Amino acid sequence: MSERIKKWPGVELSAADLNEGKVTQTRFRPNAKYAWSAGEAMSRFLAELQNGRLIARTCHSCKRILFPPRMFCESCFRPTDEWTFIQDTGTIETFSISYLDTDAKRIPDPILVGVVSIDGASPKMGMMHYFGDMTKEQIRIGMRVKAVWRPWEERRGSVLDIRHFGPLKEDAK
Amino acid sequence: MRKVGVIGAGMTLFRRRLQETGKEMCFEATKMALDSAGLTRADIDMVVNGTAPDAFDGVHMKGEYLLDGCGGYRKPYTRVFTGGGTGVFSSIAGWWHVASGLADAVLVVNEEKMSSCQPHPQSVFAHIWDPILDRPLRPNLIWIFAMEMNRYMHVHGVKKEDIARVAVKNKRNAVGHPCAQLADPNITVDDVLNSEVMAWPVQRLDISPPSDGASAIVLASEDFIRRRKIKDRAWMSGVGWCIDSTMWTDRDLYFPEYVARAAQTAYKRAKISDPRRQIDFAEPYDPFDYKELHHLEGLLLARKGEAPILTREGVTERDGDLPVCPSGGLMGVGNPIAATMGQKIGELFWQLTNQAGKRQIPHEVHTGVAQAWGDLMQYGSVVVMSS
Amino acid sequence: MRVGIIGVGMTAFRPSTPEYSWKELMFEAASRAYADAGVDPRTEVDSFVTCAEDYYEGFGIFDEFTPDQIGGALRPVCTVTGDGLQGLANAFMQIQTGLIDIAVVEAHSKASDILTLEGIIEHGLDPIWNKPLGGHPFLIAGLEADAFLRKTRTSAKALAAVVAKNRKNALRNPLAAYAANVDAAQVLSSPERFTPLRALDIAAPADGGVVLVLASEAAAKRRHANPVWIRGIGWASDSPTLETRDWTQAAYAQLAAEMAYRLAKVRRPATEIDFAEVDDRFSYKELQHLEAVGLAKKGEAGRTVVKGGYDPGGALPVNVAGGSLGCGNVFEATGLHRAAEVALQLRGDAGSHQIDGVRVGLAQSWRYIPSATGAVAVLGAGQ
Repeated sequence: MSERIKKWPGVELSAADLNEGKVTQTRFRPNAKYAWSAGEAMSRFLAELQNGRLIARTCHSCKRILFPPRMFCESCFRPTDEWTFIQDTGTIETFSISYLDTDAKRIPDPILVGVVSIDGASPKMGMMHYFGDMTKEQIRIGMRVKAVWRPWEERRGSVLDIRHFGPLKEDAK
Repeated sequence: MRKVGVIGAGMTLFRRRLQETGKEMCFEATKMALDSAGLTRADIDMVVNGTAPDAFDGVHMKGEYLLDGCGGYRKPYTRVFTGGGTGVFSSIAGWWHVASGLADAVLVVNEEKMSSCQPHPQSVFAHIWDPILDRPLRPNLIWIFAMEMNRYMHVHGVKKEDIARVAVKNKRNAVGHPCAQLADPNITVDDVLNSEVMAWPVQRLDISPPSDGASAIVLASEDFIRRRKIKDRAWMSGVGWCIDSTMWTDRDLYFPEYVARAAQTAYKRAKISDPRRQIDFAEPYDPFDYKELHHLEGLLLARKGEAPILTREGVTERDGDLPVCPSGGLMGVGNPIAATMGQKIGELFWQLTNQAGKRQIPHEVHTGVAQAWGDLMQYGSVVVMSS
Repeated sequence: MRVGIIGVGMTAFRPSTPEYSWKELMFEAASRAYADAGVDPRTEVDSFVTCAEDYYEGFGIFDEFTPDQIGGALRPVCTVTGDGLQGLANAFMQIQTGLIDIAVVEAHSKASDILTLEGIIEHGLDPIWNKPLGGHPFLIAGLEADAFLRKTRTSAKALAAVVAKNRKNALRNPLAAYAANVDAAQVLSSPERFTPLRALDIAAPADGGVVLVLASEAAAKRRHANPVWIRGIGWASDSPTLETRDWTQAAYAQLAAEMAYRLAKVRRPATEIDFAEVDDRFSYKELQHLEAVGLAKKGEAGRTVVKGGYDPGGALPVNVAGGSLGCGNVFEATGLHRAAEVALQLRGDAGSHQIDGVRVGLAQSWRYIPSATGAVAVLGAGQ
């Protein structure tokens, strides 16, 4: 291949070629907006967030306590059985110290973000969230954390009703 | 079941920005693949297209849009899409077109034009997350990698130096690749470790950045290959694919079980019982350097936690006992998502038919494995090929 | 090796389904299909195929969100970004390799989650040639309808007859979203939209899910299933470029039918096929498609529908379940819905819209605006 083919197709452009209009471009912004029906499981989950609680679903077949809650068990392929409240404490399974925002723009103060497995749910079951009230030097995998809820009047039925997970006292320095 | 062989491959340059439109890139790669197989579009029965989010190219139903560039005009044409897994998965779809007996010769054309997306292709990745659980947190794609990498490092006690070695190896391997975007003959482990921190533990040189490019392969049945007296061919001897649950926050990210399941299926179909001994080289998916290690373990080519050790000992160098990413991989050649079929299936074909030029593995190789990975840390697609 | 359909599952089609997430909708369709087939998806299914398109779902990579609710977690699942019949074709090929015994095909619509449907469809247009022109994307259907009517000398009355027939047929289908006793005069007095198309010529969107379970002949026999056989399947695309495609006839449907007939060994479709379910998301499409697949001579479909030839009691019943005009436009699920309806008819399980004595049926799909892509499946009952 490398021997036989002399010319490989493709004309490289620089950012300047595009930004300064040196090549022809057409521009279009799609009009794409959605409002997803949350469904039974997520609707209750969001309502309970507004109440300051985390809720899970149990599956009587595999005996798991499923979080985030769902109306069907993906392992047994059957409807789940009951609602059950779980704690708002947990353990950091993994994390990142991010100097990038959503659009890959640099930010000076890093975001602490990761996965926390929630106490009361089956092992390793949890959610992604921010971590706070700790420094980037303090955060570590295995750290015990607790949800820091927004005040009642600021809650909207969103995962952001939890401001972040902060150090749990039993583990705080 | 009919035997299916890869008989031609082509790819464009991989660059951050190419002037060619998506259709034009597809045409270039397709033409090259057809030429290398000594065929024309008239010889092709069916066409498969692989390409990742529509939002990159900025066209809804972009499989339809790319159709004529892929040679699909007035032919049976299908697009498949399994996130980043598409880079190898589309060739599996091509395989079943031929293995089923419905087609004798099939084109598989993969494309990604990420530069069309403004201001930055990253913004597309905001839409790959769950709208209720994840998107309110305004996640960045790199978080996925950072969280998975951190977990992997934590469980096995892997040091960042060991991961950086993958970036160095692949960027050096890519020096021999005519399409490479990120080749660097002089890069060192310290360069990687001193590069800017993006989302710790991910640093700039741990990442393969956005890219434009297309690649294509031609697949044919054994009968077709014999009839046309085609000499350069490599057989697709085993394929496997697997997806894990959408609930990515419910599993331990340190090991890609879905890759292992896909690999086991592919190995069984290829009659491979001891992959470490029977597979001569590998092209695992390496959009980030640690992913190569993660995937070597998922492919059962290293025990859990062993891949960094094999890398440190030079086993995975091009002249090592198990060359890994001799193409230069995504880390070295570039990462136009689905188009990375060029470094995965394309490289297996070129290595197994002795056409890899400067990248040719110095010792004889008979069996290789290619793998891609995608979705929300949940998709594995695996192809075993033999000479 | 033959491939059969051994399970059919559908949800009701509704204008909106606020009570369900898309996952819960898919779960219901899948549960119904597995119950119908008597198959455990967790242990007995070798491959799952979902048919979905990102912008219809509102996701960057919709494939991520598919496995759990169809029983596919940690199993082989893939997305075919195409119409459900294209998904059916891929599952058919997977089984034909001999490595897969049982495969599942899923397609659905959650169109009610889309707030800007017109914007999404417009986004499918060529970014350099067509998008800058602006305009509603259904203009394309108006232009094509005009070209088709002129070329075939079909009257607007014929389009109205299609709408009236399908909306009425839907009255006998409990799953249909838009069943109504509409007559031709009502269609012809509905507001002009994209001339010659009027408001009632256009199928309204609906939510719904369809899942089919397929098995190899050997697996079907082992399970003592009584399958509906996929005798032939074909799919094809004309030019994606509006400026270079065939506007008067559906070339994609003709090519797809030729392939399906070749595999099914159908030589004279008009006499060998007992009934058809074809894409009618714009009324003229039903007529155009019937001509393209060889079930009507060029220019005759319009005259036949006016005479009642495509009624449930006619010589060739077409869209007995109500079509998309009666059931609703379920986007990528449209073709799979057609195949499901054909399968139910051939099994004798179509309930109050059952037609008697049918042995061979045809399902046909189109990928909607702005595509020129479609598929055809020929299904047969018995032995």
